[in-house]
Amino acid sequence: MAVFGAGTSRPLPGRGPSPGFRFTLYAILSIVLMFLDQRRGYLEHMRYYLAAAAYPLQLAVNSPTAAWRWLEASLATREALRAENEHLREQQRTLELRALRFDALARENAELRGLRTALPPLIDHWLPAEVVNVDLNSLGQQRLLINRGARNGVFKGQAVMDAEGLLGQTLHVGPWSAEIILVTDPEHAVPVQITRTGLRTIAVGGGDAESLALPYLPANADVKPGDVLVSSGLGGVFPQGYPVARVTEVRRDAVQPLAHIRATPLAHVDRAREVMLVWFRDDHPAAPASASTGTQSKDLKSGNAALLPQRVPPRAAPSAAPVAPGTAALSAPHPTSAVARAAGGQAASPPSADAVPALSPGAQEPPQ
Amino acid sequence: MSARQQPQPRGRMLLTALVGLILTVLPLPEWLAIARPVFLVLTVLYWSIAAPRAGGLALGFVAGLALDVFRGAVLGQHALALTTITYVAVREHQKIRSKPAFQQSLILFGALAVYEFIVFAIDGWSGHPVTTPLRWIHPLTGALVWPLVAAVLERSHGAALRAPAD
Repeated sequence: MAVFGAGTSRPLPGRGPSPGFRFTLYAILSIVLMFLDQRRGYLEHMRYYLAAAAYPLQLAVNSPTAAWRWLEASLATREALRAENEHLREQQRTLELRALRFDALARENAELRGLRTALPPLIDHWLPAEVVNVDLNSLGQQRLLINRGARNGVFKGQAVMDAEGLLGQTLHVGPWSAEIILVTDPEHAVPVQITRTGLRTIAVGGGDAESLALPYLPANADVKPGDVLVSSGLGGVFPQGYPVARVTEVRRDAVQPLAHIRATPLAHVDRAREVMLVWFRDDHPAAPASASTGTQSKDLKSGNAALLPQRVPPRAAPSAAPVAPGTAALSAPHPTSAVARAAGGQAASPPSADAVPALSPGAQEPPQ
Repeated sequence: MSARQQPQPRGRMLLTALVGLILTVLPLPEWLAIARPVFLVLTVLYWSIAAPRAGGLALGFVAGLALDVFRGAVLGQHALALTTITYVAVREHQKIRSKPAFQQSLILFGALAVYEFIVFAIDGWSGHPVTTPLRWIHPLTGALVWPLVAAVLERSHGAALRAPAD
């Protein structure tokens, strides 16, 4: 190629060292940066400030969209608003009805487990965040930028959801903004469970807004299109029992040992404008596994939930006796034995993959 | 792209680089976003060829770092790739400058392919392999868009001190 014809051009006059020297300098600097960044932790601080520096420009890019939305909202007619209001009221009624049933179920569940009272809600608090409309994706990536950051208490590896299901988790957190890696990103994996059978596996992002893959199930696994996947609570980021995706395609190839299974995320990955950042109660048995072993967010080495260390579930003890070290860290609102028993419900089922989920209400099917 | 004796167009350069960055991260429909060339890289290459002393390698490095931050990539990835092709462009700026538009596009295609390859290699090395062949569209669209970008930038550059850049 013509460009690489070497040695014929003269160095630029003036201005310090030769381009060759400076090139070497910059190249070494880049490589050092890459090494430091690859071993996470060294550059987290730098990333934090860089994210802060980038945010104004990202907001500027977002401003036309934001202005358009504002205009749209302020020009909405009275009729449209009234219709929307009506719709929301109806929806609220439905949800209230469902919540009534939910309370009854929670009490029944507590009784079945021998707990004295129903467990407190798993979600401690949440924070709505708006999506900043910026293209963060190089090819195949599925990322979002939101307008909440460390100043709002957001931490790395936090679960992000919308009303329909899991959306993803925070990947880089700046002071006022955070980058989310969606469940559909090919570098993201969620430990999931099929509600119908209790089968546990891992759902890996498919690289576009509409697909997840379940690459680790054998060809004879009991999976059907329409099966709902919920988070299994392993992996340390997402709690147990939140809907993730619905299986859309199952293909079994006679010569392949593994089935080819695809699923569509339940959350509106491509249309999300508002997302929810969620804080979970650490002492709840369905909380993300690593939260109860006292691991803090900085110990999360990367966003890849599947690679995180997983807690060994405690053995179900007949009496109040031995408590696994993992649960010893669990503290107060409930007596320890009750929590151990509740968490033991998860472990008491056979260790094979088709364990029946103890905690997700959706799995309670009538006996055949 | 004449080398007139004039003050180094620093402000103009930074402004166009900023516009390039904005064009790079502007949300687009997916099919268009796939084909979108990295405008920031084109802008940096333009300034390396037209005014190699104004920004040169420093501009390449900083712009690459900005791309790393905006793309959430390993810090230094795009910086290394962009510094490399900026170096080549600065070194050979006189040769490239004297070529007609079509040949410039060809040379640009080569440079962008090298850029993409470095990014691709680092992607693989750092454990985020993106193997879709779609990524090789970028050098092609970049080379196709180059005459236009160069004309626009030349205008902003040639009509110095008067018209607002871009």
